[in-house]
Amino acid sequence: MASTASKSPRLLTWFATSMIIFWLMIAIGPFVWTVWGSFKVQGDFFSKADWRNAIYGVYTLAETGGNFTGNGYFGAWIQEEFWRNVLNTSIVVVFTVVISLTLGTLGGYALARSGYRYAFWLLIAALVFRAMPHITLVSGYLLPFFEWNVWGRLSTTIVVLVAINQPFTLWMLHSFFLNIPKDMDESAMVDGCTRFQAFRHVIIPVMWPGVITTGLFSFLLAYNDFAITSMLLSSENQTMVPKIASFLTQIREQGNVMFAVSAVVSAMVPLFFLVLFFQRQIVSGLTAGAVKG
Amino acid sequence: MPHGTFARFIWPSFLAMILFIALPIVSVAMQSFFVEHEQVMREVENCGPFKCTTVLQVDLEATEALKADAPLGRYNGLGTYTNRGHLAFDEVSEIWAGADSFGNFIAGVYNLPFYKALFFTLAYTFVVTPLVIVFGLLIALGVNRLPRVTKGPTIFASLLPMIVTPLIGGLILFWMVDADGIIGATLQIIFDDPDLSLKASAPLTWIMLMVYGVWHSTPFAFVVFYAGLQTVPSDTLEAAKIDGASRFQQVRYVIVPYMMPLLVFITLMQLMDNFRVLEPIVSFSAEAKARSLSWIIYNDLSGQDKLFGSAAATSMLTILGVAILLTPVLIKTWRDFNRRAV
Amino acid sequence: MSIITRLTVASTALGMTAGVAFADCPVTSGSVRILANDFPALHAVVDNAEACVGEGAEFSKNHSTKHNEIQVAALTANPAEYTTKIVANSSIVPLLNDGLIRPLDDLVAKHGQNLQPNQLIRIDGKIMAIAFMANAQHLIVRQDILDQVGKEVPTSYEEVLDVAEAIRAAGIMEYPFAMLTKSDWNLGEEVVNMYLGHGGEFFKPGTAEVSINNEQGVATLNMLKSLMEYSNPDFLTYNTGAVTPLWESGELAMAVLWGSSVGGLIDDEGSTPEIVAATKPAGAMTVAGGATPASSLWWDGFTIASNISDEDAEATFIAMVNGISDDMVMANNDKAVWLMDSYTPGLAAEGVAAAASAGANPYPMLPYMGLLHSAFFQEVPDFLQGNESAEQTLADIEAAYTAAAKEQGFLK
Repeated sequence: MASTASKSPRLLTWFATSMIIFWLMIAIGPFVWTVWGSFKVQGDFFSKADWRNAIYGVYTLAETGGNFTGNGYFGAWIQEEFWRNVLNTSIVVVFTVVISLTLGTLGGYALARSGYRYAFWLLIAALVFRAMPHITLVSGYLLPFFEWNVWGRLSTTIVVLVAINQPFTLWMLHSFFLNIPKDMDESAMVDGCTRFQAFRHVIIPVMWPGVITTGLFSFLLAYNDFAITSMLLSSENQTMVPKIASFLTQIREQGNVMFAVSAVVSAMVPLFFLVLFFQRQIVSGLTAGAVKG
Repeated sequence: MPHGTFARFIWPSFLAMILFIALPIVSVAMQSFFVEHEQVMREVENCGPFKCTTVLQVDLEATEALKADAPLGRYNGLGTYTNRGHLAFDEVSEIWAGADSFGNFIAGVYNLPFYKALFFTLAYTFVVTPLVIVFGLLIALGVNRLPRVTKGPTIFASLLPMIVTPLIGGLILFWMVDADGIIGATLQIIFDDPDLSLKASAPLTWIMLMVYGVWHSTPFAFVVFYAGLQTVPSDTLEAAKIDGASRFQQVRYVIVPYMMPLLVFITLMQLMDNFRVLEPIVSFSAEAKARSLSWIIYNDLSGQDKLFGSAAATSMLTILGVAILLTPVLIKTWRDFNRRAV
Repeated sequence: MSIITRLTVASTALGMTAGVAFADCPVTSGSVRILANDFPALHAVVDNAEACVGEGAEFSKNHSTKHNEIQVAALTANPAEYTTKIVANSSIVPLLNDGLIRPLDDLVAKHGQNLQPNQLIRIDGKIMAIAFMANAQHLIVRQDILDQVGKEVPTSYEEVLDVAEAIRAAGIMEYPFAMLTKSDWNLGEEVVNMYLGHGGEFFKPGTAEVSINNEQGVATLNMLKSLMEYSNPDFLTYNTGAVTPLWESGELAMAVLWGSSVGGLIDDEGSTPEIVAATKPAGAMTVAGGATPASSLWWDGFTIASNISDEDAEATFIAMVNGISDDMVMANNDKAVWLMDSYTPGLAAEGVAAAASAGANPYPMLPYMGLLHSAFFQEVPDFLQGNESAEQTLADIEAAYTAAAKEQGFLK
């Protein structure tokens, strides 16, 4: 089907393909290594004596009698009850994404449709807000949260994550809405709809690609967050990432690295399915929005 | 859109940002102008499981009285900003007076924590940001050429470095680049140097951090560019081809200009994120060789002794730095906005 | 009674105290809310405290690795989020500075009959904390390698240099030595230890003014640098998590580690039986002919918050005393070096006990020590990497400390 003009020279094809293969190797390599290593014992995972031990599992064989072991997973999931953290993460992530998107959609739509200067300054302010290092913000929250007795709860953390997420969400959704032609909702308003009705009946049906893409980035932020969740959640409400960090060695106490590695692999599994599932949407979503900046 | 409707749409989002970001920023800014009260101390005897010692302890009642008088602390103006931990005006002018050559002066300034961190932060930002954009674009162009069947899995695999929490992803790589790890050992073979250690030398540590930064952020640029590529109108591209444009010229004069808004978006986000680099430094235990502004804040706020005023001042300086970095991009956004303003 | 005498007589005391359940348990009113770090020994203590909380009383716990970051805010609130915080001798300081923990004399008199006198942490004559665990850094050696080069177990850092050179010269290992020199809190601790070993005073007596730019300071830095000659060039990334795998794979002959790490080195995981058999804890070492070991002693203990009702305080105290009861110690004997009489010292406790008996100093419990500790690890890496002179580094440390201490109000 390709016309003569778009047929690639062989050299270019070769170059492009090898570049992609190289990129895939460095993108996937560490994860394959981690997944493989998670079924070994610590001595093999670190393999200080010889890195090839990590592949053959010399210590694993000596200590467990098999070439692979599920001890790390057993320790993390059963002994340390990692499933509790998975549950907490699910709650935090679902609510953060839903609330962020709800607020972000409304706000982003308004910013995209308002021609007044203050809309621009609001966007700039949002950008400046985003520049604030999260650790400083969180340290400032601590005392008021303890005094109001809201510290340590999942709901508080969700609210904070939503708020901290807003600048990015607003920017991204604002550019998506810019891409949806103005005529659509304005003609609906000419037909007698209010702004809300126009938004509800005309914009909502066409906004999903953008919303899903933004949602994915919100999801990643909430899912991977350490700075906020580690400081604002008590241990019963802890999410996965701070829990994984607590498996690692601390200053005067030894940790269990294999629990952490197994937990990291476990934490990656839902992400795999999520990305596979939404892959098409991410791309089509970004296409719709970000093109106009 | 009328003001009222605008307000009705934006208030929840606006309120969240005001409460949890704007007010804290104001309070942080306030705090950066104050230092703690003078701590009234007296000698006491402390006894533990091991022995007794005579030491100074804070006199609670006396200090409490001071605190009650002025809850914010002592006003220090810009004192915190100009002390040795930050802009270090006195130290810099001293070094200037004492330096016999410009190189000497630079070395002296580089010995001050803030400038050292600023130097790394800027170096990291200006190395990583362009590389991320270039690699993201190249990979996007490459993936775009792939047959349909392989596209899906490739996109999925390309996203991996971005979706794993940086704290843990960095740690795993840190174990791999150890002299005994798979990457470290391979590099030793490639460079034929059995003593090569990425963790031992400062330049190699910098390179390692930057490579990690590029690796981690390239997927973001890739996804955005790939999406943009799907919308490049094929007729424009065809026209360019008919005019005899080479592949490179097509990219340079058709694709890149078309994707300019995307480029702006990625640059904006990347400049900001790279300027706040922290996780790789922590995961790679690179504090001895590379410190960023965010690391200074992190260090001030972690552990039991929090230097909140100091962290507040560094945070404000970080915001200022980001604002300066983004100015060119913001001016462009302003022009775009005015163009479409009603 | 010093720790060492207790550790040695502990086994005799075992029979008498065994199985004595704490009489005041269970508490039936009030609220017990515990904030603690997240590792097995503290889980044991907190779980035992929970076992003492009966019907009618509330219980909650938070094991967090960020416990030190949140403690001041959590206890400042009124009522405090937690009724007790498990502290160490450095992390108690911010709580003392702000008056967030209460004197325990009354409670000890009422419910603390089983506590040993040396568990009571007295500040200005008042009991402010009850210690239950000890820890210290000390030397660990591979006896087989020492035998190979025909050297005795070093008792001073100078001997470490000597033995390390012998091992290197014999071609056994290029880098036989390691310390916890990661350029964060760890390196600060090594500088503190080494400076204590040189007999240095951190501050001018009776003031918060730093005084480390002196001969001992220079000697401290130079000794660290000489030691690092025999440590892998990656030494600035070495924390416990990095050094223990190295040890277990047989790449080290001598290391200075926390007493709490020894248990992990001599278990049957991660290493070969030969290495495990040859791993021996030794005492803390002296330096420069000094008499006190170049190591600092640490304790962990519990405190009771100020901003809570007396009823909650009493309930918490009773629960925590049960948390560190003899039953708990016997069930978790090897998880830590306990300070209670019922503890049976194992191999893991030898090094800590030796450091204590040799007269090592406790880590200074000063309001401004944390600031100096932080200045140490921020500035010393420059010196260890050969970027600047010892004098310049010491001047930098003083400048960094002074700037921080002024901000915190300790200096004018």
